[in-house]
Amino acid sequence: MSGRVRALPREALLAAVIAALCALVAMRFPGFVAPANLAGVLNDTAPLILLALGQMAVIMARAIDLSVAAVLALAGMVAALLDGIGLPLAAVVAAAILLGAVLGAVNGLLVWKAQIPPIVVTLGTMTIYRGTIFLLSGGKWVNAHEMSVPFKAMPRAVILGLPVMTWIALAAIAAMAVLVRRSGFGRSLLAVGGNPDAAVYAGIDPGRVRCLAYVLSGALAGLTGYLWVARYAVAYVDIAGGFELDVVAACVIGGISIAGGIGSVGGAVMGALFIGVIKNALPVIGVSPFWQMAITGAAIIAAVAVNARARRGRGRLILVPQRATP
Amino acid sequence: MTTPAPRHIPDRQGRAMSRLVLRWEVLLAVVALAIFVVNSLASPWFLDPWNLSDATFNFTEKALIGFAMALLIIAGEIDLSVASILALASTAMGVAMTLGAGTPVLVLTGLAVGLACGAVNGALVIGLGLPSIVATIGTMSLYRGISFIVLGDQAFTGYPEGFAWFGQGYVWWVISVELCLFALAAIVFAVLLHRTGFGRAVFAVGLNPVAALFSGIRVGRVRFILFLMTGLMSGLAAVCLTSRLGSTRPSIATGWELEVVTMVVLGGISITGGAGSIPGVVLAALVMGLVTFGFGLLNVPGIVMSIFIGLMLIGVIALPRLWSRRR
Repeated sequence: MSGRVRALPREALLAAVIAALCALVAMRFPGFVAPANLAGVLNDTAPLILLALGQMAVIMARAIDLSVAAVLALAGMVAALLDGIGLPLAAVVAAAILLGAVLGAVNGLLVWKAQIPPIVVTLGTMTIYRGTIFLLSGGKWVNAHEMSVPFKAMPRAVILGLPVMTWIALAAIAAMAVLVRRSGFGRSLLAVGGNPDAAVYAGIDPGRVRCLAYVLSGALAGLTGYLWVARYAVAYVDIAGGFELDVVAACVIGGISIAGGIGSVGGAVMGALFIGVIKNALPVIGVSPFWQMAITGAAIIAAVAVNARARRGRGRLILVPQRATP
Repeated sequence: MTTPAPRHIPDRQGRAMSRLVLRWEVLLAVVALAIFVVNSLASPWFLDPWNLSDATFNFTEKALIGFAMALLIIAGEIDLSVASILALASTAMGVAMTLGAGTPVLVLTGLAVGLACGAVNGALVIGLGLPSIVATIGTMSLYRGISFIVLGDQAFTGYPEGFAWFGQGYVWWVISVELCLFALAAIVFAVLLHRTGFGRAVFAVGLNPVAALFSGIRVGRVRFILFLMTGLMSGLAAVCLTSRLGSTRPSIATGWELEVVTMVVLGGISITGGAGSIPGVVLAALVMGLVTFGFGLLNVPGIVMSIFIGLMLIGVIALPRLWSRRR
């Protein structure tokens, strides 16, 4: 029941699709595949990658986190407000990450201790966290001129040819790859998602593992909240509205099974890049950005359909195929 | 360290279940009454019949979808695309209007598009065997995406005058057409769920699909019909909302899927399937409508109301669970 074996062809397939997409666009607009532009696409996709990594952990543990975008927005607003009262940058970033982790822990504890289904918990906390931004800010925007210079400059600073935001995403990918593949926590995630009852007998507490996954997802969303607000130099109640669906979409496209237990860091990253490339390519080829939503939707459906096909023939319940007969 | 909890299936289901449901409904009714009293004390305008009548529009359209969603969730599935179906159906009505369709054709268009969207969801979930939560997250993006492709940043306005009847008309005094549709739908779905063989099949499928299959229930067909119903009711809600607003934008009813699910869960429908009742959903609709309206009269911003609704959603589920564990 290893997620790796099945996930590998999926990642290769996605990489091929992304490469083909880029090649298609490049046939008409060679500038799209210029290294500088591709680096720009990667940088634009960094927030999606960061959130998809956290979401991956949560989904692998057979849960879901619909509150990530709200956590991002709340942490971003708090970061902007703390910056406003003159806190040093390091403290602001630490506070955003910590706040994200705490908000994730609230989700996790409600799922673990109160035994509420994950989707209900995060639907609820999603509106609560969003509303809290309004309470904190009074509905006002924090604009660029109210932010300190280092606050805005950090994600854009260029090191070795890439912006810091990209480096942070790359570092998170590396850290998550180690965590998922080489740590006990990563194995617990797969065990809990694959079969929670069996995990209990193996000495793993599924509730605790899920809670930790939520904390991880929250902390990543908190960090991304700071990066988002600093990069776009504005914070208000509705930033990243609906972004949670892009995040779930990235995971699903990346082959992470919503039923838990299957998934890989590479898949989540590829799924995020797929959405990122489409998002960036549409305006280049002159397609109205209004097409993006429908294309994302179609991609999600196609991706889960392919996933379901891959899973077929793995006989579990003898009678299940008859379910479909009318 | 938790132990794996075996699914508790009481052997005398009818009695235990109805007792549980009764308690939940009583709780909801008390909450509704309390909100009503608090509101009427807090604002002198609350008890005005026309104000109360206006307040019903806060929940009628969402509840129309909520009844069908309740059955779907009881059967162990979910449809997160309902608000997008509403948007697509509304857009289709707008296209039909620009082609010169009259009111009956407009209504049929809305209902037909809703039904078709439901059929697509059903085909994905039952035909291809996709998990409903992911399939409908996909179609949620797809349906509203099509609306955005058709409309972009434009809007359809100028619906025929007769069309306004559904969302703005009154049957008698302060009783609106929408309120009548709400009451009618409540009765139809309550009878369907609690008094027919189909309703029992819905519970059976939600409690244990494999056992239901062995008992001769066509599990796939029951689920498919429920997706069709949810689509159809979303189409009906599209007719009402479009008629009430008199315009269609691709962002129409954004976020309603969450409010509908909240309403259904608040109404005591088990999100894991197999339990719930339509009267519970009716009461939850009233509670949410009253809260929204009362806060509105007190000039509480909408987003603060959503905090309250989020807290309510988690609170009503968490408290009984924590309480029963302590005993």
